[in-house]
Amino acid sequence: MAQAFARKMANDGFDLVLAGRNTDELDAIRRDLLVRSPSCSVQCLFFDAMDMESHREMIDRLSPLPEVAACFVGSMGDEIAARCDAGALALILRSNFEGPANVLGIVAKRFEDRGSGTIVGISSVAGERGRKTNYIYGSAKAGFTAFLSGLRNQLQSAGVHVVTVLPGFVATKMTSHLSLPPALTAKPEAVASAIAKAIRKETNVIYVKPVWFVIMTIIKAIPESIFKKMSL
Amino acid sequence: MSSNPIPNGRQERVTGWGRYPIVETRLVQPASDAELSVATRSDGLVARGNGRGYGDCAVGKDASVQTLALDRFESFDPETGIVVAQSGVLLKTIIDVFLPRGWFPYVTPGTKFVSLGGMAAADVHGKNHHVDGTIRRWIEWFEIVCADGQIRRCSRTENNELFEATIGGMGLTGVISRIAVRLRRVQSAYIQQQTFVAPNLAAAMELFDRHESATYSVAWIDCLAVGEAMGRSIVMLGEHATITDLPVDLRDDPFDFPLRKALGVPFAPPISPLNRFSIQAFNSLYYAAQKRKIGQSLADYDSYFYPLDSIHDWNRIYGRRGFVQHQCVLPEERSREGLLELLQFISRHTQGSFLAVLKKFGKEEGPWSFPMAGYSLALDFPVNYNIESAYAALNEIVLRHAGRLYLAKDALMGRDFAHDSDHRLANFKMFREQHGMKQKFASVLSERIDL
Repeated sequence: MAQAFARKMANDGFDLVLAGRNTDELDAIRRDLLVRSPSCSVQCLFFDAMDMESHREMIDRLSPLPEVAACFVGSMGDEIAARCDAGALALILRSNFEGPANVLGIVAKRFEDRGSGTIVGISSVAGERGRKTNYIYGSAKAGFTAFLSGLRNQLQSAGVHVVTVLPGFVATKMTSHLSLPPALTAKPEAVASAIAKAIRKETNVIYVKPVWFVIMTIIKAIPESIFKKMSL
Repeated sequence: MSSNPIPNGRQERVTGWGRYPIVETRLVQPASDAELSVATRSDGLVARGNGRGYGDCAVGKDASVQTLALDRFESFDPETGIVVAQSGVLLKTIIDVFLPRGWFPYVTPGTKFVSLGGMAAADVHGKNHHVDGTIRRWIEWFEIVCADGQIRRCSRTENNELFEATIGGMGLTGVISRIAVRLRRVQSAYIQQQTFVAPNLAAAMELFDRHESATYSVAWIDCLAVGEAMGRSIVMLGEHATITDLPVDLRDDPFDFPLRKALGVPFAPPISPLNRFSIQAFNSLYYAAQKRKIGQSLADYDSYFYPLDSIHDWNRIYGRRGFVQHQCVLPEERSREGLLELLQFISRHTQGSFLAVLKKFGKEEGPWSFPMAGYSLALDFPVNYNIESAYAALNEIVLRHAGRLYLAKDALMGRDFAHDSDHRLANFKMFREQHGMKQKFASVLSERIDL
């Protein structure tokens, strides 16, 4: 998803900084971007979302400060283990909530001082309502969604915009072993285009496939007394 | 970035573009070289690109390794026009990225939704085969994951035997991971098209002969016309338009053209609307319409090369049971007689083919690639109760005239016909046995025709 977004932004004429843990992978993405969009400039930075102490220093190395910061960090983790294992639980919470919140919080401060910028956070429909199959991942994403909502509220007056992305099912590496219903599954390229459009139009919250808005509105409207007996 | 375990894929019902046959196979989608090497550890697998092979060539006996997530470019050299990319990159992407910079593929099949790896595996040809050959000529080198798990780089100077065997090898020699392919310089996104009407087969063949130096040549053939009009065709020639070929208002932006709105076929109807009467009516109307277009015209590359790409999922039009394509090539000296027999059979005993394409090929290259000097006829038939007997009857004609079928299209021929019509396949099978490829790489096609 991040790669598709980088391709889209490079194609739209943005220069890019790619930050991530796997620097070989970043370099391969960089080379691909340079073939596709030879006029853009692409830098790679080592960034470990889990190592929160390092975030400030990573952001300090960004020069100039970007116009847009998009955070695609997240992992499904081991949901079953996380129910009774503190390490597995921390991993899910940290990779989906604490890490992204920490780094975006630092970025937000810089954007606020500058008085412009757009922050994009990739959260999940799983955070809209806790379900028995993935409520730990879901609660981390719920926290992240709430964080983005609050951040948007705080930065509104500073001219900084925040986009929350709730992609629904996306055909990515993370889901390639699952059989997803095609009507509900977005391609990474479609997610990338939707995000680029949301940045341009300053949309607050996007579901990539509109059908997810309908689905989640219904799911959120089910009374808890009934919801607790359901298997979704 | 997540650190999930490498997925082993999932059982899926998979088909080729013809939606026939439907086969259950394990579908694996590696997203990196590391995952690719894990995905190729099991036996009975074949690479799958974008699933545009018509029959069962890209459906693994046990597993299909889909390369679409391996879709990165690695380099481009504007001096030589050589692009290096992973094998899952689509031809459409190559055109989208490079045409605005004045580059176009040397060889393109009739759809841009094919992967680079699939193009190499089928050794695809285009309307310029008689001039530019197959994609083989334009592949500089590739890397392939072999039966022993090793990754080898193959070119005309390095692992040459494997280079020759893999291009046109239908994925049965290994899984190609990256390819270096040469692009051609063009001045615009347009094709200068010249259209002729041929009232019968002899006239069509005469036109192909007379215009041998045209870069692109192909004919749409009315396979239901009988008697004097048998083989009546619309012969279309094309050249890449230069700047001076363009009207003045297009010269400022020669690579820009209005995009066609894509249509779609939302579902496969239970019964195909294509039958003898609708096809005959269409053919007559099309023939009449084209007759009025005789002469020169300018077409953008998309409508010239890929007329069907603008109808997404057009394969559904043949109904739930799918369709098969029959593409044969006959040696030049046998072409006229053989084609007449094929056309006679089609008009008498089948409901006709909606899309019938005639093309004169250049010389044969590669140890088991499809094209040979002569004429190729491509036909589509919906799958119905008599498809197998019709297909067998067509094959009998092909065999009698020393022709053969295109493996990337076929879904029905049997082992005996395959080997009788193409003696090179015995060498291919031996090559696979000698290099331990037979266990490792197997598709439903290779099982069916014993490769």
